[in-house]
Amino acid sequence: MATATKLPEPKSLPDPSNFAPVIDLNELSVEFGGRPILKGLSGELRGRAIGLLGPNGAGKTTLIHTLLGFHPPSSGTAHIFGKDILTDAKQIRALIGYMPERDSFIAKMNAVHLVRLMAELSGLPPEAALERAHEALFYVGLGEARYRGLETYSLGMKQLAKLAQAIVHGPKLIFLDEPTNGLDPPARARMIRLIREIRDSGQANIVLSSHLLRDVEECCEEILILKDGLIAVYCNLEEERKANRKFLVLETRGDQNKFAAAVANLGCEYALTGDHRVKIVLPDGIEVRDLYRIAADQEMQIRRLSYKRDSLEDIFLKAMENGHGSL
Amino acid sequence: MAVYEHTYRNYSGPPTSEWSRFLIIPRHAFRDVFKSKLFTAFFAICFIPLLVEAVLIYLHHNVNALAILRVNVRELIPIDAYFFQTFVNLQSGFAFFVALLVGPPLVSRDLRNNALPLYLCRPFSRPEYVAGKMSVLLILLSAMTWMPQLLLFLFQSYLEGARWFVDNLWIASAIFIGSMVWILLLALLSQAISALVKWRVIASGAILGLFFIPSVFGEVVNVIFRTRWGNIISLGALMKNISAGLFGTFERTTTFVTDFDGDVLNRVVLTEPPLWASWTALFVVCAICLAILSAKVKAYEVVK
Repeated sequence: MATATKLPEPKSLPDPSNFAPVIDLNELSVEFGGRPILKGLSGELRGRAIGLLGPNGAGKTTLIHTLLGFHPPSSGTAHIFGKDILTDAKQIRALIGYMPERDSFIAKMNAVHLVRLMAELSGLPPEAALERAHEALFYVGLGEARYRGLETYSLGMKQLAKLAQAIVHGPKLIFLDEPTNGLDPPARARMIRLIREIRDSGQANIVLSSHLLRDVEECCEEILILKDGLIAVYCNLEEERKANRKFLVLETRGDQNKFAAAVANLGCEYALTGDHRVKIVLPDGIEVRDLYRIAADQEMQIRRLSYKRDSLEDIFLKAMENGHGSL
Repeated sequence: MAVYEHTYRNYSGPPTSEWSRFLIIPRHAFRDVFKSKLFTAFFAICFIPLLVEAVLIYLHHNVNALAILRVNVRELIPIDAYFFQTFVNLQSGFAFFVALLVGPPLVSRDLRNNALPLYLCRPFSRPEYVAGKMSVLLILLSAMTWMPQLLLFLFQSYLEGARWFVDNLWIASAIFIGSMVWILLLALLSQAISALVKWRVIASGAILGLFFIPSVFGEVVNVIFRTRWGNIISLGALMKNISAGLFGTFERTTTFVTDFDGDVLNRVVLTEPPLWASWTALFVVCAICLAILSAKVKAYEVVK
């Protein structure tokens, strides 16, 4: 159904710091059975497209569910477009679209019926709901298959149908939970293109939760990395990329941990990638020869050294390594 | 997001009123329910007793028709509370089977397909979801119980005169309250079972079981302990008592234990539980159903 599509070049987006916060987290905590899942999250998320990253169990989905009002916070609160999730839940949900991670549909319905029902439940009159259901299904590329039963859809088509129901009422904020899960490369490219189109339309903000760093890198301008229910990193991806930092990738042989500790003593940030590689950010005043000197002291071999632009993977790995909010 | 423009745009039109949004669910559900020709035929058959009832009322007031049929008016069932109660009970039986067919998949299908997050991520609350699902049965069963019964009551009043209407207005209230209590019980029970059991056939079986197993057990209790308090666990008996109470035909029966020839062996006075006990038991059943719905109807089950 989906065809391979070349992704368009990313547009330069306006500086998110100029926007009013889309999501404002105020010491947001969530517990399940006394077990803390989210631990006092605070921060203002402003980007048009915010990537939500983290390992399994970090709290990504719980954060989305809490913002949607599925789970009550144990303490603290959050605001979406200035509205409190505790007191204005219904008003907030009128502004939100949600694409769940798991298969979600209503049995014995075709796509038009499902998307129309969802539009009506979002507050659209029946005629407008039907019209927009057709539009949304054409928009995501299910126009020809819109009268087929949802049970007969392939995984990729189900993902697109879920996207259609999330955008049918034209929400101002769209939560996409693992939208490319299980998609083949052409279907993934199509999904990414759609997300970027919505982002670039300027009509909706997007929160994209994904395990796939590449998806987030291609769609998002800001990232929020969660680790063990805490914010490990929140940063603007573009700014991080543009920042005048010296990134090095070293291929080494020897005791990496000792070397890393010595490098950290120099004031360098580092990330161990586990395949004899160390990624290092050189602060001002530190030169490459200092690394060779440390390597010699530690009886380490530096077999390869290359300069590298900071990628999302680096940021993510560093966040997982450090577990604190700084970069 | 126009079909040919292929662009994303927000919806800028006026939204529908929030209070009536739960009615979207029955509107869409009826489309699915009446897709089955078998069910549509059965639903149509459910109206036959009402037709008979209408004919009987008509015959009572049409001398010519009676003459043609060579029937004396005294040979017909009198149009009184008992007459309406009989037909209300008959329709209630049909309502039970309709609930058995329509009720079980309503919530279970959504739970099985993980559809609840789709409903609840919208300006649509859990109580609205339950109200919407329940109203599928409430509307359907109302259309075959108290609504036509009240119309027939008005028909009888029209033929009999305003005096009869005023004197028997309590029958109308008994029709309405009795039917509504039964419909609410059916709707709540089937929704609660539907939320617990994900398979339609098993859910239908569970509803049947809930009505028949406690009735059998209650009857065993009645026989062993020579009481009628076993009826308190029988939903059928509870409803029978409540209906009789509303129609003014409730009696705390005196029963005789007899041998096979009909001779009295031993006279035992057995009294039905009082009406308040039946109402309380029914209230408890409804509260349990609501508690189950409250626990099960959630966007996501949290594993604690």
